[in-house]
Amino acid sequence: MLNYILKRLVYMIPTLFGMSIISFAIIQLPPGDYLTSLMSTLADGGAPIDAATVERLRSQYGLDQPIWLQYGKWMAGILFRGDFGFSFEWNQPVAEVIWSRMGTTLALSFAALLFVWAVSLPIGIYSAVRRHSVGDYVFTFLGFIGLAVPNFIFALTLMYVSFRVFGQSVGGLYSPEYVDAPWSWAKLWDLMMHLWIPIIVIGTSGTAAMIRILRANLTDELSKPYVTTARAKGLPEYKVIVKYPVRIALNPFVSAIGWVLPELVSGVTITAIVLNLPTAGPLLLRALVAQDMYLAGSFILLLSVLTLVGMLVSDILLALLDPRIRYN
Amino acid sequence: MDSPVLSVEDLSLDFHLRTHILHAVRNVSFDLHRGRTLALVGESGSGKSVTARALLRIVDRPGRMAGGRILLRKDGVELDLAPLAADSKAVRAVRGAHIGLIFQEPMASLSPVHTIGSQIDEMLRLHAGLDKRAARTATIALLGQVEIPNPAEMADRYTFEFSGGMRQRAMIAMALACNPDVLIADEPTTALDVTTQAEILDLIKRLQVERGMAMLLITHDMGVVAEVADDVAVMRFGKIVEQGSVDDIFHAPRHPYTKRLLASTLKLEQAAEVRAGQGGEPGPILTMHNLTKVYGGASGFLGTSKFAVKAVDGVSLTLNAGENLGIVGESGSGKTTLGRLILRTVEPSSGQVLYRDRQGRDVDVTALSKSGLRKFHADVRLIFQDPFASLNPRMTIGQIIGDPLVVAGGHTARQIEEKVAELLGLVGLDPAVMERYPHAFSGGQRQRIGIARALALDPRVIIADEATSALDVSIRSQILDLLLDIQQRLDLSFIFISHDISVVRYFCDRVAVMHRGKVVEVGSAEKICTAPEADYTRALISAVPNPDPRHKRMLHRTRFNPDLQPSA
Repeated sequence: MLNYILKRLVYMIPTLFGMSIISFAIIQLPPGDYLTSLMSTLADGGAPIDAATVERLRSQYGLDQPIWLQYGKWMAGILFRGDFGFSFEWNQPVAEVIWSRMGTTLALSFAALLFVWAVSLPIGIYSAVRRHSVGDYVFTFLGFIGLAVPNFIFALTLMYVSFRVFGQSVGGLYSPEYVDAPWSWAKLWDLMMHLWIPIIVIGTSGTAAMIRILRANLTDELSKPYVTTARAKGLPEYKVIVKYPVRIALNPFVSAIGWVLPELVSGVTITAIVLNLPTAGPLLLRALVAQDMYLAGSFILLLSVLTLVGMLVSDILLALLDPRIRYN
Repeated sequence: MDSPVLSVEDLSLDFHLRTHILHAVRNVSFDLHRGRTLALVGESGSGKSVTARALLRIVDRPGRMAGGRILLRKDGVELDLAPLAADSKAVRAVRGAHIGLIFQEPMASLSPVHTIGSQIDEMLRLHAGLDKRAARTATIALLGQVEIPNPAEMADRYTFEFSGGMRQRAMIAMALACNPDVLIADEPTTALDVTTQAEILDLIKRLQVERGMAMLLITHDMGVVAEVADDVAVMRFGKIVEQGSVDDIFHAPRHPYTKRLLASTLKLEQAAEVRAGQGGEPGPILTMHNLTKVYGGASGFLGTSKFAVKAVDGVSLTLNAGENLGIVGESGSGKTTLGRLILRTVEPSSGQVLYRDRQGRDVDVTALSKSGLRKFHADVRLIFQDPFASLNPRMTIGQIIGDPLVVAGGHTARQIEEKVAELLGLVGLDPAVMERYPHAFSGGQRQRIGIARALALDPRVIIADEATSALDVSIRSQILDLLLDIQQRLDLSFIFISHDISVVRYFCDRVAVMHRGKVVEVGSAEKICTAPEADYTRALISAVPNPDPRHKRMLHRTRFNPDLQPSA
């Protein structure tokens, strides 16, 4: 087992290296660089800067160097000094910009994952065991609505409801008076009152998908002979189901850890913008638009690391859950 | 005779399907007595398994009890299980504690993610009320009783770490954990090799005598019935058509269906009549020299080396034109790999396959290029084991059979259709079925379709890998007769790979016996079956159940222990 984890960690190194090259290359693909986009922004604003300043900035930022050299410097900074470069747009080291965002992103992903698990597990089991019952049809109907409704519309609806019914300030994670306030019970309560909207919005489609997956998996497992064996032992029905087929149908739940994070960052950017959430998605989008390449590159790199770690964690959990995986 | 432990009276089961109600079991009655074995015999779909499960009140949807009584007698008290709710406490107390159940497929009927020990512990804790430690002690004792070596260690292992025979032993240990009065064994040895089957049947018999249990044995194999049963009930279309002592059923059957079932079993106890006097011309059509396939042996990541397994080890055989060569062996003997090596769907590690083509030239198959191999594959075709998995459910029968012609190219749609119609006629199906899909056909019919597909390119050699293993006895002999009939009409040679000795004896002229990758004996089918020379062959043949209760062969079988043999 330890050997397996070590092996996986070793395999991660070339993968990360490849990802860093690809992410850097993709950022360089659009014509121009940060300064050209800055120039056009300033020109639109009616305050053009002169060409000499641009040239000075360009050599100062190292943008006139060849791409491979820029990449090399960037990588060397990360590997030897933990320095992810400088964000042009924020005028801050990238690391500072990222960490504040990454925390909320992770917290939100984890909360959404818990929501998905907590809701889909009982419903999935119910739907599989009482297949074609009224309850199953109701959940299936709701599930498909959850899958089909675009997240941002759902987000807008919930915001409207929370504003009209609960009289809450909408958007963001805190009410305005708490944003810069020190931590207190009141602030935590305020956070909780805000958090449920993004969690539900982000979690719904995942929940719906998970219910369908669990229902299908469990349906297959329920007709397996070992379930009959368990029944023939004289176990009560709920124990038969929870101990045997559910245990085996659980694998996709654990695998979900691997995909929920990239999904949250790349998939729900629009939701995050609508809800004004301080997560990584909107920041990444802006960095890409502005060609703020070190920020964007670092973001993509960090997400790759998190994705790989998520995959590793889910694989390790799978191995713990299922001896067949562990022994191969 | 004392009063029966369990009596079934007028049991009926219905399946409520979407369009109609299927009467799966109709007015079935039988008694189970202490220390006696009743065999419930029938072909697939006869309702025998559903009946057995109904005794435990485990009938899956859409099945439903439609009537009858299931009387369980325990300490002078009579309990009728039929009117109780299937999930009631009273029924659950009977399951496992009074009636134990063993299934056909031990791999699938044990949970793959729980250790064997924990699955048996559960039973003891549930019914005997033992605590964790006492249950484990009892489990280890049980595993010892079913002759599992190192029971204490094996209790912590998972099912996939057990061999098929060991799994079935563990399953038996579980079924017997709470000393049930009745043991239901649903095809307990069908998935096992003959020698393992003999051992498992021995074990069940011994435990049954020791504990004085009543046993209900469900099987389609008349040989097993003759070896093990005291009484027999023959089921067909959900009804028991005949019931009696094993001797009466085998030697004085009254119902025509029983007679037919016995006839098709006995028919396979000798060589087919049409094969008499035929042995093919002396000219070889396929020659294998020293064919070897080694799996593994390469070093893995971080220098971990794996064991090399010789799946096929230096096999030299010849197939004469017009001959039927049988290859017999137990699972893992390398017989299937050998078939694939001949076709080169698996690349041999070393050795040579020579094929004499239509022009009489010898072609070295092992050195053929891709296009040469394609031509070779047109002449040498394969028939698969599983008639359900080997036909694409989304293609019509016409498309399936015509597929090799389409792949070969050079045929118009009309030519293909005519050829398919002709082939369907050849395998005894109506050409009108061309438009239908595989799901509309039974196992036997599907296998006919598979045969028609194999014949599409007018092959000269057919490799049949367990082609009849998935079929019922009566269908099995029909398919074998069909193949023999086709062989008469077309100029064909067969390599017939099977674990079933009686099938090979019926069908083949010569037989090669394989064991652990090597051919241990080659000879005429009759000689291999009646006077085998190699020790392994003798053990194998003697483990085959004899469908005659007056001459039980299995109980006096020769045992073969490869570890005691001088190494070759």
